[in-house]
Amino acid sequence: MASMRDIKRRKVSIQSTQQITKAMKLTSTVKLQKAKTKAEQSKPYFDFMYETVNSMLSRSGNINHPYLKAKDTGKTAIVVITSNRGLAGGYNNNIIKLVTEFEVPKENMVVYTIGSKGRDALERRGYEIKEDYSDIVEDPQYSEANMISRDLLTAFEQGEIKEIYLAYTFFKNTVSHEPRRIKLLPVEISQEETDAKSIPMNYEPGEEEALDMIIPKYITSIVYGALMQAVASENGARMQAMDSATSNAEEMIDSLSLLYNRARQGSITQELTEIIAGAEAIS
Amino acid sequence: MAELMKLQVICPDRMFYEGEVSMVELNTTEGEMGIYPKHIPLTSILAPGILTITEENGLKNAALHSGFVQILPEKVTIMAEVAEWPNEIDLDRAEAARDRAEERIRTKNSKTDMARAETALQRAIARINVIKH
Repeated sequence: MASMRDIKRRKVSIQSTQQITKAMKLTSTVKLQKAKTKAEQSKPYFDFMYETVNSMLSRSGNINHPYLKAKDTGKTAIVVITSNRGLAGGYNNNIIKLVTEFEVPKENMVVYTIGSKGRDALERRGYEIKEDYSDIVEDPQYSEANMISRDLLTAFEQGEIKEIYLAYTFFKNTVSHEPRRIKLLPVEISQEETDAKSIPMNYEPGEEEALDMIIPKYITSIVYGALMQAVASENGARMQAMDSATSNAEEMIDSLSLLYNRARQGSITQELTEIIAGAEAIS
Repeated sequence: MAELMKLQVICPDRMFYEGEVSMVELNTTEGEMGIYPKHIPLTSILAPGILTITEENGLKNAALHSGFVQILPEKVTIMAEVAEWPNEIDLDRAEAARDRAEERIRTKNSKTDMARAETALQRAIARINVIKH
């Protein structure tokens, strides 16, 4: 049996770890609330943006716009949203898995990372990191999403990349988050919504100019929306991970307390036996 | 009583305005525009300017910076990247921004990004106009 002192030392160390996990759980709960409200508030914009772009594209089906046409040459770009900090359970790993299990070989892939955990992991695995925007992940702003989408579109227009994907974690609810990979460019139209709204639409200025201006906004809004979802998911994942860590610590402390008490009793009994034995020897 | 239509002004971070209105005025890249109910379907691109909302009981002004507007006979939806009510605007800051932008345009050289300076100027002017309206 381990000595009393050893057990005590372990117990104290687990207790202080538990304090940390407990505090982290509380802070991530607060952060989650904030991120969740933000994600919810930003939703109408994206829903409407998606709807508009879809109905625009379905009505002007055969329009010949560079953003809508698939190219043959160039690499595949993937935007990877992870977190800057760990201790969030499987949050970062799930996203990295999405990238490594992607059917495109990594020689033909360039990665745009948002979040240093994803950047480090993919760099280690030999992916080409084109750009890194890790510093924005703490509190993403719309203007920053705008900057990212501009970089992406420039690379797309110059023919460096032929298609753009986005890997992020979708925030279903507080306990369930789903890693997702979606295609940003070229824009794909889902056919089922085509006939729903067949009001002829006029454009001012022309349709091409309107698309020129609306598609970048569409990309920005998806990136921004994904960032919001990802931040909410990150905090949700961390809250869960820290919650289970705290209860695990609790369990360990309980069993160590038991061991400690047993060891204490054992040592008292031993002392008593020694004293009695000593007294008997004298008399 | 004037006819009403639905107006939504949506920003990335919030629902800016939602309600029944009788007229909307805004500034597009093609010029200023007033929209009454039963307008023909139209999608247009916004330029920085004032958004004037005529409700049943009064007017509301706001600054609108960029985005686009989708007009349907019964409903107008404005997708704004930035929209501000007058009480959210800092007049001193807007005036400082206007002076800065003017300065940039005046002393232009090959490095000046004219398009950027001009939109900055338009934005600042839109903000100032909303407050002084």
